[in-house]
Amino acid sequence: MAKHALSTRLWHWVNAAAIIVLFMSGLNISNAHRYLYWGDYGFDPKDAWLSVIRFPGWATIPQHYNLAMARDWHILAAWPFGVGLLFIWIAMLANGHFRRDLATRPSDWTPAAVIASVKAHSPSGEPAHHGYNAVQKILYGGVFGVLLPMMVLTGLSISPGFEPAAPWLIDMLGGRQSARSLHFLAAWGIFGFFVIHIGLALTDWRLILEMFTGGRREAAASVAPTPTPEPAPPVEGAIDHG
Amino acid sequence: MVEIPRRSLLAGMAALGAGACAKIGESEAGRSAVATADGWHRAAHRALAGKQGLVKEYAPSERSPTFKGNGSLTVETPFYQDQLARGFPDWRLTVGGLVEQPLSLTMADIRALPQRTQITRHDCVEGWSAIGEWTGPQLSALLDAAKVREEAKFIVFRCADTLYGRSYYESVDMVDAYHPQSIVAHSLNGEPLPEKNGAPLRMRLERHLGYKHPKYLTGIEAVASFAGIGDGKGGFWEDLAGYQWYGGI
Repeated sequence: MAKHALSTRLWHWVNAAAIIVLFMSGLNISNAHRYLYWGDYGFDPKDAWLSVIRFPGWATIPQHYNLAMARDWHILAAWPFGVGLLFIWIAMLANGHFRRDLATRPSDWTPAAVIASVKAHSPSGEPAHHGYNAVQKILYGGVFGVLLPMMVLTGLSISPGFEPAAPWLIDMLGGRQSARSLHFLAAWGIFGFFVIHIGLALTDWRLILEMFTGGRREAAASVAPTPTPEPAPPVEGAIDHG
Repeated sequence: MVEIPRRSLLAGMAALGAGACAKIGESEAGRSAVATADGWHRAAHRALAGKQGLVKEYAPSERSPTFKGNGSLTVETPFYQDQLARGFPDWRLTVGGLVEQPLSLTMADIRALPQRTQITRHDCVEGWSAIGEWTGPQLSALLDAAKVREEAKFIVFRCADTLYGRSYYESVDMVDAYHPQSIVAHSLNGEPLPEKNGAPLRMRLERHLGYKHPKYLTGIEAVASFAGIGDGKGGFWEDLAGYQWYGGI
């Protein structure tokens, strides 16, 4: 049995490409009005809670300031990103990836679980094993459950054409300019995850390879339909359920 | 260590990717992919909200203290300056093109029509927002009075202002033209439109970003296509810089 389901691998790479395009074109869009506000309106830099730096050309798509082209890329990549997120959530719920690897239990939120997670991830630790530790569950859960959906919801909220569909969504987010600020903050949250994620992946090239090939889950997994391959962290799929 | 070349390889790939983006973006296939994606957003918005779905209207206390002017802030012709000084006595708004009954309306004619007042949020493509109270007749009332012909597909707005040597203009499809919140505004926050906000008349097309709300309005024209109008892309910013014709996102 593959360590990474085909749906996970497909989504991972499509989403990676979409996120890079969205982030870099988003930095170009940010350069158009480099001030963030809370509430419904905001246009005067004096009212801004944050004055954003001008992002340099090497960090943006396209690599010079061009709002129209940056928006083209953003509008295009929003589709694989948004539809992909819906797809991976359905796939994760259907194939048990969510229940097995992402759903946390109260014990995952304890300091002991965090220490155990860090130890398990030390360079001298065991070879790439299956089963997420507490820190991984919390981080991945935060990305899938909070940051990625937040990008879609705030992105829709700042689109005036979408507004009549759910005016309550904009109110819930604290107004259009708040939604825009949250869009910016969540994007940097994802960037933070991206840096940690790539940093850790580069410590063992097999991890990257497995995201293409699917890799293989440890022995016992193929016998039982609910795999509990590693004894390492306190993970037990069956008990976890419910 | 092996890591170092691998990392520089990744950095190189990222740079290559970013450079390639510019090339793809300018290609014919790239342009058509973007146009398709933009059309899907419009279709999704309308499917989710309904064709006549209304944007939020705010309470008077929620208005922004001022309303930013952007783009053209005046019209520099002697005629405009004279009209501005005298309250636009000779300003005319024409309604023409594919209509049975072309109109030429004075400011008094426009104020005499049934009025709609709405406090709405204006979102600029740059990212900022302002909230103001607009009053004017619904565009649908003018189009009905002029009897728009069946073959008309779009409504084009002609303007008195010029930017970079070109006349400003914009356009929407019939769904937006007949939207209840599409009004020809002659006042902002209870006063005649200020010069910087498009005096004496500007469009409010509330489900769109700011560049779709033309100011200094002189004409409304029903057309079957954009052929022969500007560079044929349906608007000033669309022609000049490739902005998206659908301004709902």
